[in-house]
Amino acid sequence: MSITYLDAIREAQARALADDPRVFIYGQDVGSFGGAFKATKNLAQAFPGRVIDAPISEDAMLGLAVGAAIQGMRPIIEIQFADFSTPGFNQIVNQAATLHWRTRVPCPITVRLPCGGTSGGGPFHSQSLEAIYAHYPGLVVMTPATVEDAYSMLLEAVAIDDPVIFCEHKYLYYHLKAERLPSEAMPTGKARIARAGRDMTLVTYSAMVHEALVVAEELAFEGTEIEVVDLRSVKPLDTDTVIASVARTGRLLCVGEAFPWGGVTAEVIARVATEGFGLLDAPPLRLNAKDTPVPYHPSLWAAHRPTARSIAAAARRLLRS
Amino acid sequence: MVHTLFNHHAVDEVSSFRGLYVKAYRVMLLARILDDKFASLYRMGRIHGGVFLGRGQEALSVSIGLALRKGDVFAPLIRDQAGRLAFGEPVLDAVRTYLGSALGPMRARDGNVHRGRPKEGYLVMISHLGAMISVVNGALFANRLKGIKGTVGAACIGDGGTSTGAFHEAVNQAAVEKLPLVLIVADNHYAYSTPTERQFACASLLDKVAGYGIEGKAVDGTDLAACLEVTGEAVARARDGAGPQMVVARLLRLCGHGEHDDASYVDPALKASPLGRDCLKVAEAHLLQSAWADRATLAAWRNDAAQHVEESVAKVQREPGPDPYKEDWCALASKHLSEGHEPVENP
Repeated sequence: MSITYLDAIREAQARALADDPRVFIYGQDVGSFGGAFKATKNLAQAFPGRVIDAPISEDAMLGLAVGAAIQGMRPIIEIQFADFSTPGFNQIVNQAATLHWRTRVPCPITVRLPCGGTSGGGPFHSQSLEAIYAHYPGLVVMTPATVEDAYSMLLEAVAIDDPVIFCEHKYLYYHLKAERLPSEAMPTGKARIARAGRDMTLVTYSAMVHEALVVAEELAFEGTEIEVVDLRSVKPLDTDTVIASVARTGRLLCVGEAFPWGGVTAEVIARVATEGFGLLDAPPLRLNAKDTPVPYHPSLWAAHRPTARSIAAAARRLLRS
Repeated sequence: MVHTLFNHHAVDEVSSFRGLYVKAYRVMLLARILDDKFASLYRMGRIHGGVFLGRGQEALSVSIGLALRKGDVFAPLIRDQAGRLAFGEPVLDAVRTYLGSALGPMRARDGNVHRGRPKEGYLVMISHLGAMISVVNGALFANRLKGIKGTVGAACIGDGGTSTGAFHEAVNQAAVEKLPLVLIVADNHYAYSTPTERQFACASLLDKVAGYGIEGKAVDGTDLAACLEVTGEAVARARDGAGPQMVVARLLRLCGHGEHDDASYVDPALKASPLGRDCLKVAEAHLLQSAWADRATLAAWRNDAAQHVEESVAKVQREPGPDPYKEDWCALASKHLSEGHEPVENP
């Protein structure tokens, strides 16, 4: 049996619906059609009245989720593409994220954001928005990189008493496969050492974990051992695991697919520089997408975001410094 | 709680309506006196941040508050002190929130009109008010999923709020889902300083929702009897399953946007028009004219309300404010997932 990252997301939702009567799914085309990516395929049939098509109204969809959460429900909102969460941004950052702090009433909503670039996606179907959501207090931001994490973290997202921004990478939907669904999971907030190494720490998350692993494999042939840290969630961010790794390697490269200004890579480097400066043998390096909208054409897109090739070049540069 | 009882036979109808009217008037009076106290405390420098009054909007506000009952959902706007009290807000909640008492429902984390008790159906507004309507929808949607029947939700908004995208998304959503939503629109002719002709170009705000398939009714917001009747009917229709309802009340804000605003931009002709009548005085005149109350009774009610307000303020003024050293500085309910969960260094 082979399970894709997308299957894992669907299976996690099926299990959440089966296990907890408070769970429902609301989003565009999620009903009998099964969602733009088929992440809710057959769920409307299996759970009548609990997988519901929404009008194209992200603000109202997310507002409805907050209201339902106040009444004790645990809604999962599918935003068709992460890029389309911006019309609902206000409800997420001002309504959902402030509710518990202001009123002591928890806001257990899960917002699924199909994020990241795919070939031909273009400026409005490719964005990675984890950093802007991580910026706001009151949100948990998950960025699973594996089939196992897609499954277990989505279940945890539904169980958590806070609004969770679940950044699921579209590129991984079909590309990533596992033999079976996991029976146990690491807790959210703990980073994972995806590959151990002694010469350099490469911190990344989501689809870039797989680019990083390719680079680690490639550089291993040159006698360099890269330690790849998969953050798993960018908020909370597991600074301890990152610093412990840098303490072993002395070098830090941080890679993200998002736009370069600020963001997760800058945050990781800021934390290591302020809390572990003495551990660094060389200035840390960061690699992000370029500071333009995400281009449509595959050849432009491949040059816009970090790839195994550009990450390898950055890693070699860091090893020389 | 008393509701519209218009279907009863004539004698009962008059006596029950009289009871409702008197109750509404007394809540309006309490709201006005409380608002006046907040204005006074503001001028004395005792209130941090803004003060937003409901002067001139009490008749509409109290009407929706009284039409709701336990289990319903209420999302007030900033001028709904009367509706809040009618829905059951203790005066102490209002005073504690305005004066920043640590014992208030918001624990001084939020202030002034940003208060409520969400678990009791009394939602806490964010400043982007149009965004509250879909939250009411969500609560009603949850009730439907849970099999809870017969509840309604009221969302209150001003003429300015009907210009927001969130308003339109939420109204359409409520119509698509046929939710028991009652939209109460206070068309008070100014959104802060912007007059309605710079806010919308349709003849009536009811035109805005007609396109979504929603019924609406206009009412004179200075006339308590009319407000009680029209809002009561709208709530009853929503409760009976007729889908979303809207009430647009024409009235005039008899104060600034906040107490920092002298409202010098308000057209004197509007103030002099019937629209500029003070709904509290209109109701008072109606009580006297109908012999539902005499002057001595009105004075006694006023004294009762004033005493209630003064006692509440005096009590809250002795209460502690928030202590930054005791704050947990944690925005999440899941404390183990919180970042920056450290002792205070620079309170």
